[in-house]
Amino acid sequence: MAMLSFERKYRVRGGTLIGGDLFDFWAGPIYVGFFGVTGIFCAVLGTLLFVWGAAMGPTWNLWQISIAPPDLSYGLGMAPMAKGGLWQIITMCAIGAFVSWALREVEICRKLGIGFHVPVAFSVAIFAYVTLVVFRPILLGAWGHGFPYGILSHLDWVSNTGYQFLHFHYNPAHMLAIAFFFTNALALSMHGSLILSVVNPPKGEEVKTSEHENTFFRDEVGYSIGALAIHRLGLFLALSAAFWSAVCIVISGPFWTRGWPEWWTWWPNLPIFG
Amino acid sequence: MRTTFFSTHKVLPLAAVGLALVVVGGCERPPPQSTQLGYRGVGQNAFVNPRFFAARVAANVAPEPQPAAVPVAVTAGSVYKNLQVLGDVPITEFTRLMLAITEWVVPRDQWVDGQGCVYCHDIAAMEADTKYQKVVARSMLHMTQRANRSWGAHVAPSGVTCYTCHRGNAIPKYVWTTNPGEKPRASGYAGLQNRLSPVPAFSSLPYDPLTTYFDKDTAIAITPTKAMAPVEPKTVNTMRGEGTYALMMYISKSLGVGCNHCHNSRQFADWAQSSPQRVKAWYAIRMVREANKEFVMPLNPILPAARKGPLGDPMRIACETCHQGVNKPLLAAPMLKDYPELGPLNDPAVEAAAPATVQTGVDDGAATDAKVTGQPGTAAGVM
Repeated sequence: MAMLSFERKYRVRGGTLIGGDLFDFWAGPIYVGFFGVTGIFCAVLGTLLFVWGAAMGPTWNLWQISIAPPDLSYGLGMAPMAKGGLWQIITMCAIGAFVSWALREVEICRKLGIGFHVPVAFSVAIFAYVTLVVFRPILLGAWGHGFPYGILSHLDWVSNTGYQFLHFHYNPAHMLAIAFFFTNALALSMHGSLILSVVNPPKGEEVKTSEHENTFFRDEVGYSIGALAIHRLGLFLALSAAFWSAVCIVISGPFWTRGWPEWWTWWPNLPIFG
Repeated sequence: MRTTFFSTHKVLPLAAVGLALVVVGGCERPPPQSTQLGYRGVGQNAFVNPRFFAARVAANVAPEPQPAAVPVAVTAGSVYKNLQVLGDVPITEFTRLMLAITEWVVPRDQWVDGQGCVYCHDIAAMEADTKYQKVVARSMLHMTQRANRSWGAHVAPSGVTCYTCHRGNAIPKYVWTTNPGEKPRASGYAGLQNRLSPVPAFSSLPYDPLTTYFDKDTAIAITPTKAMAPVEPKTVNTMRGEGTYALMMYISKSLGVGCNHCHNSRQFADWAQSSPQRVKAWYAIRMVREANKEFVMPLNPILPAARKGPLGDPMRIACETCHQGVNKPLLAAPMLKDYPELGPLNDPAVEAAAPATVQTGVDDGAATDAKVTGQPGTAAGVM
């Protein structure tokens, strides 16, 4: 892979979190690091265990392969491999791989002397996953409350878990999460199209810059958030979407057992309504 | 450099945490009790808050049975006049049942001189049908016997008694009449929904599915059985699907269960993927329709206005009338065995009568075409 002329000076040793110079090198364009090695280990082990589980299962149909968590009767203990133990170990591998990836990002940030915004942002995604397969199962007292690892089966889990609460769209945190996902898509599409519009002027005209960007939205809606703040907004919207997704599922069961529409009866029950 | 306590990047995370606290603050505390209803991992679990469930258990305790009657050969019909239902019952059993019904149905504040008999009977002429309550009671005895003798597919093995619904009240706590609604703010179908109502479990779905589905044999289905079928959408389409969902919400709330008590949500209509409880519910819907049509509606001419709804229709039964928040009324207390004259129970589990009609019900779009529409998928043996 070609290396840009200015790239080499950023490849400095040090900045590692653990192990000193151990694995502090690059493989082609990619930084390895201690957490690159642990990440590869967890990812490969988890994938092989998944394939092993598929081999023990009834199908090789990619849509239908499913590695399910244990029966609820196993509680928070370990289950035999063929009865959900595989799911438990694959979950550990997944968390190990995700966290390794985040820590490798931290090391790269330290080498470059930049902020930790990328690993922090990625951590929110990890947080949402861990909420689903660790925090919520612990609050409910059984690993069997985690979702199965399969393309269709995890959708069955989502559907059935939602319908246990009659109508999941009434879940207030689900409402917020959806609102943030949609707003996030709106903000990204507005920002992306705006940037592409200023760098793609008509033939013969010069590429425009932020003054044109700002002027477009001031003309359009009276306000432009600005070149830097659009990225703050985008990050806020994206992280909020993932955060409220985690909240909406962790409250379903541990903090609410009835139909979600009924949650809203706090509103008509407020003492201000006679 | 200007610094302020209320800078954006301080306030936004605080606002998020605050919102999260508000959301959780309106909720229940962990842990709930959970039960696995299906194959592991596909979300077929039920949650019950043990703190709330304790209250539901307390509200569903069956009363002590009346002391056993002395066996005699004399029938009640040979002693009392005008016995149209219980004439063949031994006189002592008859008296015992009358005592039980008084305890089950007549509230204490209606008793006179330590006796509840006057609620239904004219003391001067016990056999006279002068009080409407007595005529109602006779019809209700017929209804209870009919439920036990012919609807065992739903009520077995515990069976039902008067107490299953009445719980010491003259009018069972959870009866219903047609809801005329408010003056519709929108024309057409929108006028029938978007009103706060416990019937569709507080959702914005149509607020009176009971009139729609229990007074008539309206098709209960959400999905046409054929894609773009030219005929079916008149009875099974998205708009009518909302009514079906409203009815299902009512059933769920009445039983204190989620949709997955009966259904696998990956294909609601498919009987092969549903739990056996759905068969029980299928019979229940037909039983409720019959009970209202045969035993409640005919009483309407003799009922006073106070016993009718705003449209002049009688108070009718539905799921919640018996279930009262638990999936087995009175938590399956077998009260019927102490009052055999309200039976006998037709128990298909004992008589091994296959519920073959479930698959061929002609008035039910979903059941009519009960083909397997999805792959068995994770149902069996999948990791």
